[in-house]
Amino acid sequence: MTEAAPVATDRDAALVERVRAGDQRACARLMTWAERNDPRYAAAHRAFVGSLGTAQRIGITGPPGAGKSTLVEGLAEHWRKTEDRTIGVVAVDPTSPFTGGALLGDRVRMSRLVLDPGVFIRSMATRGVFGGLARATDDVADVLDLYGRHTVLVETVGVGQSEVDIARSCDLTLVVLHPGGGDTIQAMKAGLMEVADVYVVNKADMPGLDRLVQELYDVLELREIPEDQRPPVLTTVASNGQGVAELADAIDGMVAERRASGALDARREENLERRVRRLVDGRLRRDVWETQRLAEHLHKRLAGSGTLSAYELADEVLDVYRGAGRDQDPSSNDPSLPDTSPEDSA
Amino acid sequence: MDEPIRVLVAKPGLDGHDRGAKVVAAALRDAGMEVIYGGLHQTPDAIVQMAVQEDVDVVGLSILSGAHMTLFPKVKELLDAAGAENVLLTGGGIISPDDMAGLEKLGVGKLFGPGSRLADLVDYIRAEVGQRRTAAGSA
Ligand SMILES: Nc1nc2c(ncn2[C@@H]2O[C@H](COP(=O)(O)OP(=O)(O)OP(=O)(O)O)[C@@H](O)[C@H]2O)c(=O)[nH]1
Ligand SMILES: [Mg+2]
Repeated sequence: MTEAAPVATDRDAALVERVRAGDQRACARLMTWAERNDPRYAAAHRAFVGSLGTAQRIGITGPPGAGKSTLVEGLAEHWRKTEDRTIGVVAVDPTSPFTGGALLGDRVRMSRLVLDPGVFIRSMATRGVFGGLARATDDVADVLDLYGRHTVLVETVGVGQSEVDIARSCDLTLVVLHPGGGDTIQAMKAGLMEVADVYVVNKADMPGLDRLVQELYDVLELREIPEDQRPPVLTTVASNGQGVAELADAIDGMVAERRASGALDARREENLERRVRRLVDGRLRRDVWETQRLAEHLHKRLAGSGTLSAYELADEVLDVYRGAGRDQDPSSNDPSLPDTSPEDSA
Repeated sequence: MDEPIRVLVAKPGLDGHDRGAKVVAAALRDAGMEVIYGGLHQTPDAIVQMAVQEDVDVVGLSILSGAHMTLFPKVKELLDAAGAENVLLTGGGIISPDDMAGLEKLGVGKLFGPGSRLADLVDYIRAEVGQRRTAAGSA
């Protein structure tokens, strides 16, 4: 508990410089630090955050199997071919809550990008976080920004119900739907309709296209969004590239427009606030359950007492936590510490 | 060491199906590992490129084509050249004990022939990665 706030050492700073200079392995390693919550990452982040912000970050969400990965491959290929633009991809898949393991399979649909040094792909598991992203997804995107990527595509988990976090983590959100992927009611339940800046109806080669597009327009009408502010609806066949160039242009156009109007800065500010809140939530949770050893206390209280109210116990846990907080030397609880317990970083 | 072990599972070469690779991928996931599934028909260059970007602890190759004596050494050579010499290269296929011994001399990890138990592969990866991480951490 007596660790000083982390300061970037020369060696850590050297890793950051290597990333900035385009060293692929250094880039991958810095991502790993972020993902492992390594205190060196938090220190490095403070040092390099000033040079971030050039990459445009595009979130891609939608139900499982809608064609998100195929679309990522298509968009990346389009931008590589037409203007040699550098691309970063973050592909998130779920961690199994039972085993802690994960099968990260998005790369299978991106195999044409593998040997292109202008494309860096990183797969991530959610590691117990809900909302379609992993805790460190923003950080991995930051590292790609530092690495100099022009456009970063973030594919969320396709769980269909809860991937809306992406809207507060990127500059523009694509919601990918497909005929046969359930109706728009399901997408509405999942909160997907609210987060879309662009709707992509993929698999336009499949039956049911017209109905889905019509349903989408109906929903947009119902929501009474002024006509000029309605998210555009584009159709694609990601598997053969049809409509992908138009989608790429629409994305670039919208980002440019928002950059010019100041809307992009406003959104990034909101995103930052959300990110800070998530970090604080995470640290508080760890602080309660790990640093303060309250889990043990709770287990003791639970042993053999079948009739206690959950509310009563929750109050008790928080009382003990607050009491412990008051007794503590405030300097030993430096809020600038990353949310890693000392045991972990040993 | 509770950070999940990251493994790239891929199937190089041009022979048919990837059932074996998928079974291995599922088993490693069930053992709590993060498995990046690289898919079929990958070249050694592509495998190493993926391994570097994903910063994996392990590369596991399923090779049924009989080309193991060229593919494993090639992937090992490229991993070393990419600065990923600490990555454990393992895998399985129809490989004779002689070939296994020969590959081990080149720095390839233990390989698993037909009829090997998946649990043995899991144990081997855990032990080996544990050692390598400790060694890297204290370096
Ligand atoms: N017919 C048709 N099939 C497509 C199209 N786009 C993608 N697919 C196929 O749809 C399947 C799912 O595509 P993915 O790109 O993996 O979908 P995803 O949304 O990334 O899936 P998850 O990541 O598992 O949620 C694959 O078999 C693709 O080949 C399309 O436009 N038309
Ligand atoms: Mg996908």
